[in-house]
Amino acid sequence: MIELSDFLILGALLFSLGVAGIFLNRKNVILLLMCIELILLAVNVNFIGFSAALDDIAGQIFVFFILTVAAAEAAIGLAIVVVLFRSRGDINVASLDAMKG
Amino acid sequence: MEQVIFYVFAAVMLFAATMVISVRNPVHAALFLVLAFFNAAIIWVLAGAEFLGIALVVVYVGAVMVLFLFVLMMLDINTAPLREGFARYLPVGVLVAGLMVLQLATVILSARVDLISGTIPEPAAGVNNIKAIGGLLYTAYVYPFEIAAVILLVAIVSAITLTLRRREGSRKQDVAKQLSVKKDDRLRLARMRPSRRQGGGAR
Repeated sequence: MIELSDFLILGALLFSLGVAGIFLNRKNVILLLMCIELILLAVNVNFIGFSAALDDIAGQIFVFFILTVAAAEAAIGLAIVVVLFRSRGDINVASLDAMKG
Repeated sequence: MEQVIFYVFAAVMLFAATMVISVRNPVHAALFLVLAFFNAAIIWVLAGAEFLGIALVVVYVGAVMVLFLFVLMMLDINTAPLREGFARYLPVGVLVAGLMVLQLATVILSARVDLISGTIPEPAAGVNNIKAIGGLLYTAYVYPFEIAAVILLVAIVSAITLTLRRREGSRKQDVAKQLSVKKDDRLRLARMRPSRRQGGGAR
């Protein structure tokens, strides 16, 4: 029998891997987007686990909406990456210093 | 038995996630992310969320990751400068990830939050997961559902507007110009005398 804590630990590990990936690949915009996908996947695993443990379908509805928003976010993010590459010639985060932030 | 299957797929998923953040080639990272999504879908199906497992495979593996691979292969990226700082930030990344795992595990495994005892009930016989989700989605959650549709529409419009490029010298129609054309701009009525044909034959 799968326990709820299994799901939660799996989600925690996946979330931490995604956060570590943001630290490690902080120059590559596309890999940053992939790490965000990993983090969202970890959140969704938590939702599915709770939905199953509490026997409440509302968690799955929430995962459905998260998937929708994440797909929209990925599409817009990749469009921004394409525009960035067209105007700068690379996708290095370090070269994004036009606003001198 | 079910627990063993869960652990196997969770281990493969964590391995794939580790490879996503550590491989040198971004294309390989995208393919490992596909592997992670497949294993997540299997785990969701194990937990009784059949519709979302299939939706994850169809939407994420079939559409989003193909989009990622498409962009990765379309852009000519030199990955060498993007990898710099990897070794320098490795200790920080590992430290932060380890701390987060420690904190989350402390919360999850602590006795005050009673999560350990909650085992997942067997799905009731005759209850269709897709039917249950559909029944809730089109009744109680119909407004969020419509808003999600609007979000997707906004994403389509914004992605197209961002990447649409107007090139010089490309031939295309200007509909407004076409519609505002008057008769006089195109048509010239010429008054001519009726002339006789050279052989005098009447036709």
